[in-house]
Amino acid sequence: MRTKQILLALLTLLVGSSLMFAGTVSGKVTYTGTPAKQKAIDMGKEPSCAKQHATPVLNETVVTGPDSALDNVVVYVSSGAPDDGQVPSQAVTYEQKGCQYIPHVLAMHVNQELKITNDDQTSHNIHPLAKVNQEWNKSQPPGTPPIVEKYTKPEFISVKCNIHPWMHGWFVVLNTNHYDVTKGGGDFKLPNLPPGKYTITAWQEDYGTQTADVTITGNETKDVNFTFKAKAY
Amino acid sequence: MRFISSSLFTAILGCACAAGFTSLASAQDVPEVGPKPPLAIKTMESHIGNITGHSTSDNARYDYRRFCAGCHGVAGDGNGENAVWLDPKPRDFTIATFKCRSTLTGTLPTDEDLFKTIGRGIANSNMPVWNTISNQERADLVAYIKIFSPRWDKEKAGTPITIPPEPPVTLESISHGKALFTKLECWKCHGPHGEGDGPSASTLTDSKDNPIRPYNFAVAGNDSRFKCGSTNQDIYKIFMTGVDGTPMPSFADVIQPNDAWDLVHFLRTLQVHRKSKENEVLSAAHGVIPPYVDKTPRPSAAQADNKSSGGGQ
Repeated sequence: MRTKQILLALLTLLVGSSLMFAGTVSGKVTYTGTPAKQKAIDMGKEPSCAKQHATPVLNETVVTGPDSALDNVVVYVSSGAPDDGQVPSQAVTYEQKGCQYIPHVLAMHVNQELKITNDDQTSHNIHPLAKVNQEWNKSQPPGTPPIVEKYTKPEFISVKCNIHPWMHGWFVVLNTNHYDVTKGGGDFKLPNLPPGKYTITAWQEDYGTQTADVTITGNETKDVNFTFKAKAY
Repeated sequence: MRFISSSLFTAILGCACAAGFTSLASAQDVPEVGPKPPLAIKTMESHIGNITGHSTSDNARYDYRRFCAGCHGVAGDGNGENAVWLDPKPRDFTIATFKCRSTLTGTLPTDEDLFKTIGRGIANSNMPVWNTISNQERADLVAYIKIFSPRWDKEKAGTPITIPPEPPVTLESISHGKALFTKLECWKCHGPHGEGDGPSASTLTDSKDNPIRPYNFAVAGNDSRFKCGSTNQDIYKIFMTGVDGTPMPSFADVIQPNDAWDLVHFLRTLQVHRKSKENEVLSAAHGVIPPYVDKTPRPSAAQADNKSSGGGQ
């Protein structure tokens, strides 16, 4: 009887501890040097989009924030995460609005539902240039229902519209749910990491990738920062 | 003296010949010429009608090296030695994206699609019409090109689309086709007269970032051919399956089959130099396409009539 109680207590403690201990990796992605000036996009060929922008929008290859922050950087656990394998049931949405892709970089889990909408008055063709996944190309006139797709393999997929050549974006398909995309200040946060050794990778579409190794032992928050060297052009 | 020396000479010659033949017999059976084929060839098959093609057959290996590798490359990646001078570039089999299919965008073509493409060639490109090889050889080559991409291992070919029977060619059909051409914004690339001069035409690139031009329907002569076949069914397939690897998308989700046929009929009239039923119908109408009038009964209109008749009492 007593042995049973002790065993039960130990079991609860063991199970409880794995649930209790979950660390966080957070930090900031910044750049050094001077990034190339992002060109203004001339949407003259598509007046219905041009008039949606009071000032011309800039190319989004490198998006910076205050204090040398770097946005649109995908920070994710590239190794060490117990692969959740859990596909989120909620879809991620990719909007075509004002002849731009919103968000510019969309991260998702393998097999997660992807919904693509066209909120413009003009047709777009959505053409993700996948090389590992299937490459498809679909027309999406205004007023048609969202296109629903999914990707079965991890890949960084460049997305474009052939009709509007300035439109460019990314689908980042990952096989982990531990990811974040920096926005508005270069900050990222990867919570709910059980104790273990992890490799965190940061990816920026033009500057490449950087990795950092981090170990979580309990509930702590580990500070990991990434600094990319800006390219002059 | 002379007698001895001539026989001695013959003997020496004989020995030399024998030595020569011996060394030849011990050499390899296949001479080492040209780039080496891949050492291990995956066993892949193709099935077209009642012909089965095999990637490991002699046909496949030698025919590919003789006819195909010069453009498509020994590794099937489109980087054959001729490729630098070609535009459009030869297909890269390693990514398994194909232009001319009967299957939906993003899916693999059927064996028959590939068989037909090899036999038909690709108009306005350097892919010849391979009617010089037997059907069995063609089937073997279809099997062979599958060795270059891992997609063929696990993925099945897409389901071929159903092409409904073609409705009659009427002026109304052509008129609706024209309305669709405008509504679906085909003119953005193809231009208002289908001459490949739309506003986006100059910026088009294919999936490997090579500049590419949209199809020009109005090319001269009775010879304006489409890449993937010249029948109305082939045109129907092009915009229902998209031309993968190029800017041409699939309209399968946004166009109804009957509407698609109307668009085909209109497109034929853009081929101004080609004799066709569509051009006959159009010239019978003095070359003028009337604006399309949508005759679909509108439920809201019927209700409004009821209301107005009630209100007018």
